[in-house]
Amino acid sequence: MTPLRLKGLILGIGLASTMMLAGAQAAETTPSAKAPPGNKQTIISQTILRNLSTTADHSKFKELQGPFESGPQVTKACLSCHNKAAEQLRHNVHWTWLYTNPQTGQKLGKERVINAFCTNALGNEGMCAMCHAGFNRAGPEYDLDKVENMDCLVCHDQTGKYFKTVVTPGHPKVRKKFAPKKPVPFTEAAQHVGLPTRKNCGKCHFYGGGGDNVKHGDLSSVLFDPPRDVDVHMSSREKGGAGLVCTDCHVGAGHVWSGSRYVMNVGDDGKRPPGAPRQKTSCAQCHGTAPHDWSSPVGWKLNNHTDRVACETCHIPAFARGGVATKVFWDWSTAGRLKDGKPYAEEGYTQGDGKKRHTYVSMKGTFKWAENVVPTYMWANGTVRWTLPEDRIDPSKPVWINRVEGSADDPKARIMPFKVMKTVQPYDAERNVLAHINLWGEDDAAFWGNLDFAKAIAKGMEIAKRPYSGKFGFVNTRMLWPINHMVAPKEKALACNECHVRENGRLAALAGFYMPGRDRWSWLDGLGLLLAGLTLLASIGHALLRIMRANTGKRGA
Amino acid sequence: MVEKTPNITNAEGEKTYLAKVQIFTLYERFWHWTQAALIILLLLTGFTIHGAITLFSFKTAHTLHVLAAVALMILWIFTIFWQFTTGTWRHFVPLLEEAEEAPTFAQAVRGWLTMIVKIARYYAWGILRGEQHPYKKTLRRKHNPLQALAYFGLMAFIGPVLWISGIAYLTYDFWQAAVSSSGSWLKVIAFLHTMGAWLMLVFVLGHAYMATLGKTPLYLIKAMITGVEDIVITETERRWLQTHYPQRLIRVEEVLQPAS
Repeated sequence: MTPLRLKGLILGIGLASTMMLAGAQAAETTPSAKAPPGNKQTIISQTILRNLSTTADHSKFKELQGPFESGPQVTKACLSCHNKAAEQLRHNVHWTWLYTNPQTGQKLGKERVINAFCTNALGNEGMCAMCHAGFNRAGPEYDLDKVENMDCLVCHDQTGKYFKTVVTPGHPKVRKKFAPKKPVPFTEAAQHVGLPTRKNCGKCHFYGGGGDNVKHGDLSSVLFDPPRDVDVHMSSREKGGAGLVCTDCHVGAGHVWSGSRYVMNVGDDGKRPPGAPRQKTSCAQCHGTAPHDWSSPVGWKLNNHTDRVACETCHIPAFARGGVATKVFWDWSTAGRLKDGKPYAEEGYTQGDGKKRHTYVSMKGTFKWAENVVPTYMWANGTVRWTLPEDRIDPSKPVWINRVEGSADDPKARIMPFKVMKTVQPYDAERNVLAHINLWGEDDAAFWGNLDFAKAIAKGMEIAKRPYSGKFGFVNTRMLWPINHMVAPKEKALACNECHVRENGRLAALAGFYMPGRDRWSWLDGLGLLLAGLTLLASIGHALLRIMRANTGKRGA
Repeated sequence: MVEKTPNITNAEGEKTYLAKVQIFTLYERFWHWTQAALIILLLLTGFTIHGAITLFSFKTAHTLHVLAAVALMILWIFTIFWQFTTGTWRHFVPLLEEAEEAPTFAQAVRGWLTMIVKIARYYAWGILRGEQHPYKKTLRRKHNPLQALAYFGLMAFIGPVLWISGIAYLTYDFWQAAVSSSGSWLKVIAFLHTMGAWLMLVFVLGHAYMATLGKTPLYLIKAMITGVEDIVITETERRWLQTHYPQRLIRVEEVLQPAS
């Protein structure tokens, strides 16, 4: 009898552990259940609130009566009271255009990298520094300690009338096109300053790459006043959004704030109460790492996604939404064509808001545009490695200007959405390195003027102090742009089967992990199906035999 | 609480009857049919999640699957309690009764195997020739040995494979970081869960067909609804039923073996 008693005991233990496990599981659900995160009524843009509640009217200060004729004059006036501001901005990448990645040691920044758009700011500062938070950045030699060149107004002007101009006049052939049409209202702007709102940030960041939404894909002029569907955070409270501005999420203190493309913030450190010090721009800073409702099975499962799937992956179903397209392809190799001996442009793309976009410009080449773009998803652990100007490339295949590191096996990596920019750009065909182009300048070597690549590249390499074989070619490049903005309202977030589907799911290309709905063992399914099929067949066969026998029996009787 | 079936032995010479007895109590029938519904729902939603069928959206399938799984686990907890307090668990353990009745364990095994072969032969062939089922159900053994073996396999193997892997699947994110840095465990869990699901499907199909193999195609299905079946009872059992559960003793049909 003993073995049987033992069997009973084993069965008993098994069953008892069922109860315990199920009990523990039940205990885990209940206490974690919590109310949904902060309702709309409690959210208010801290930036706008502080601007509205300022205790100083700058227009009354005698230091700001002006009249101001130049930027540095204004800055000196600002710094006469805000005497710590210059030292603070001195370390900001908006001023330095230099950045050393602490993870990779790579020396980055606008002055150093070659990108997949206008390729390089270095040497083209006369034009590019229109988006530099400083004045008079005319070339590579720029004194970062000359703090009166810092541009306070570009970030702090609240009149909306302040604008930046080209630093140097440029080639005579394009000079007229880029010359300022009216004087910069320095005095008025200086008297109406406040914390940066989206107009200040957007003026540069929405137009990166030389036009509306050209670079990022998720940062366009739509975000000045987006509908709720396009950006639930930036949409005004009247339109049903949260009415937040850039600096409500990109927080910081002392002229250094968070959110960097050079070091991606992929991990979230969790929720902080309003007003708590924050160093990272992440969804989790406000929403926590488990923002979904624990009390529903779906909410539970979604909360369990956040360790490996970035919020943006599901909550930004597509980028370049709201009617403004983003540039997805740029072919420099076709630049320089002339029509009737003159540079020309084609406007072959009409975007959602009705505006036409260039599909060819002699100065730049051929473009392709896209709207409502489904992002490309990649594992990202926050480390970004760039192909720097002196890094050797293999021109036989696409060169990744920047790559994100991470894989399914890397616990720090999460699946994140990206815009992939595809470009055909010049490189040194003998040394196999990316090329600098001299686009802006007054002389004969400025591409934006003479449209001569040979001269422009030679000059670009010379300014960059780089060896150049003298032979250039064009290479396919790819550049990644993390997609973090244009967060849709929750009802517009992705459905499960956008990814959890056998064929053509959004994550079809990602490997190294098991995903229900997409992955399976075909042999196991085949075997299971075979067994089930045989059972069914045997049943049907048996049933038929029984029916036949029954009929024979009846006939016999 | 239901009283335990008395430990009565079919003493030599005791009178036995063929009787209509309610052998499946109300709870047992509730358990069976609720479990059946939940398992069918779990199969449909589970294979939707697996991507094999598209009966529901993934989200709906996931929600229903989790809720049905939790419901089934609660049902099982109650059933386990019920099994042990009523002693019903004995019906589901192969060889248990045989070993208690046969003089040696080896004899018990031999008898048990012989009976299983007989029953299998009966289902495969005998039933077509109008033979009698070789096994007579009793109050102490309401499942034939083959049936008990199948249910034991379900309860001791297929079931646990599914719920252990299922709970591991559901709670995966709470423990995986502590166990392994890569997601490799999910593969193991998913494999076992899928395997269990296929076996469960095979069981359900086989079980559903075999349910038509009674005296008439609907006999056993009716029995599972009303709880009533023709079984062999001893005089002692008849008296016990009459005293404690007169409502379960529907009718005593005939004397099979007169008292000596």
